Amino acid sequence: MKQITKVAFLVLALGASACTNPGRFDNMGGAGAGGAIVPGSAADPSSPVYFQQTVGDRVLFEVDQSTLGADARDLLVKQAAWLMENPDFTAIIEGHADEQGTREYNLALGARRASAVLNYLIDRGVAPNRLRTVSYGKERPIEICSDEACYSQNRRAVTVISAGGLTS
Amino acid sequence: MSLHKTLNLARKLLLVALAGLAFAAPAQSEPLRIEITEGVIEPLPFAVPNFQAENASAGEMAQSIARVVAADLAGTGLFREIPSSAFISTVTSFSSPVQYADWKAINAQALITGAVSVGTNGKITVKFRVFDVFSQGQLGEGLQFAGSAGSWRRMAHKVADAVYSRITGESAYFDSRVVFVSESGPKNARQKRLAIMDYDGANLQFLTDSSALVLSPRFSPTGDRVLYTSYETGFPQIFLLEIANVGRSALPTPNGNMSFAPRFSPDGNEVVFSLENGGNTDIYRMNVGGGGAQRLTSAPSIETGPSFSPDGSQIVFTSDRSGTPQLYVMSANGGAARRISNGAGRYNTPVWSPRGDLIAFTKQNAGRFHIGVMRTDGSEERLLTASFLDEGPTWSPNGRVIMFTRESQGASGAAALYMVDITGRNLRRVTTQGAASDPSWSPLQ
Repeated sequence: MKQITKVAFLVLALGASACTNPGRFDNMGGAGAGGAIVPGSAADPSSPVYFQQTVGDRVLFEVDQSTLGADARDLLVKQAAWLMENPDFTAIIEGHADEQGTREYNLALGARRASAVLNYLIDRGVAPNRLRTVSYGKERPIEICSDEACYSQNRRAVTVISAGGLTS
Repeated sequence: MSLHKTLNLARKLLLVALAGLAFAAPAQSEPLRIEITEGVIEPLPFAVPNFQAENASAGEMAQSIARVVAADLAGTGLFREIPSSAFISTVTSFSSPVQYADWKAINAQALITGAVSVGTNGKITVKFRVFDVFSQGQLGEGLQFAGSAGSWRRMAHKVADAVYSRITGESAYFDSRVVFVSESGPKNARQKRLAIMDYDGANLQFLTDSSALVLSPRFSPTGDRVLYTSYETGFPQIFLLEIANVGRSALPTPNGNMSFAPRFSPDGNEVVFSLENGGNTDIYRMNVGGGGAQRLTSAPSIETGPSFSPDGSQIVFTSDRSGTPQLYVMSANGGAARRISNGAGRYNTPVWSPRGDLIAFTKQNAGRFHIGVMRTDGSEERLLTASFLDEGPTWSPNGRVIMFTRESQGASGAAALYMVDITGRNLRRVTTQGAASDPSWSPLQ
């Protein structure tokens, strides 16, 4: 069932990108030999890869905060727009913390951050049933040094796009 | 009487005995005694000759059991082992009289002798006696334990528990286990699995594979079950695991996004935990088997890390309602909470001691992490450790030792288990195979 949905969607996405974004991906990977956009590639504006790399999948937070700054809100406006344009996708928003904190408190803090993103996307019109949150606390750092250069990248909420429905 | 005073007294008695040479009569000696409350400045010297093998097949086990007894006692920091190379006397029979002068001459204040026999059914029997060398008498009755050959380490721990109890007057903790998270892989792709081992690191057994992230296991007060948080379903959820058959089931928590930070009630029938809903985390309790869910806090702040008092009447937890995480105590039925942490910094992971007298916690202040203890009203805070990252204290069954996670700094940082006495003395690393975190100590078995 999931497979069928995905194939149908990719056909639609290809059509949409050909109409609305002509010539926009000249410098990006994913263009075929004849200039056609490979569905699902980073050049396909309806692909999760495009969302991740071009729209931007993550927002960062200050120490111990779950408040969305101006940069974060600007990015989430784009995330919301993408989700509205690509209604067949769902998203899990992962909340993360840096290692400066205890495991359980950081789980709760990550949940706050993920929820802040979720609420913002809902405010921008994304249907709540397409979104879910999860917190990893400090369990899944992407940067591994023990100073602020890494911590600032780890205090994040990442919107992970998937084609399937959400289970609860 | 404080330990320090007791030891001073013991030393004075020793000096008197030496000055008077053989004139110090046993009746005038203070009985052999360590008081633990203020930490040991001078560990009590003891000797454990190899236990007697009462038949040929018991030989190796007799030696191994004596070594485990010695390691248990010396590991406390309250006792110091006198090496066998210093021995004058050789113990040739469990029932032969003790040559007190020979043990006194090498300053062995306590002497532990034992014997091991293997029955025709393969069962082993371990007998032991404890002697107060300076009083020239036996300390308590001789005891014996019987069991399967595979449980020889447990029997050794039971001997050490009995010796510890007779000399300190307190319950012990050697015949106990620790459930923890075994870690492998780099920091940005950590694999975690539940594991269980004896308190000293022996008899390691894995309880889950590393296919799902697992966190913060907690032993039941009956020692046969574990609550923990798993990402098995993709989302953090509390599971209950039966140690005997390693069967696990998800706790049927109330509707909410994620459940975590579980702890058993003192009777083992209920669990208190955190439930997140819409980004807000509060504390609930419910029956371990499901049902009876009761919401205990209702605030927009984070409420987590709940821990019952041993009488079940109160719960200590962390809340950032003041702006930073601090410790609060409330009735086990919820309602008004009073803040008990008052120092600078952030307080997390409170856990009530099994004696009920202290609360252990993690404190984060000025870029350092500490394990500390305070009285249950928040007074007399004492920090026991300091490092880049210490967290998650768990109490020994007798409330005298705390085990916790220490994680090293930097890209190659890794977690290890450590123990420290509540006096802040005798910090030592617990032997584990590979990196380890989130220990939870069982009750005495």
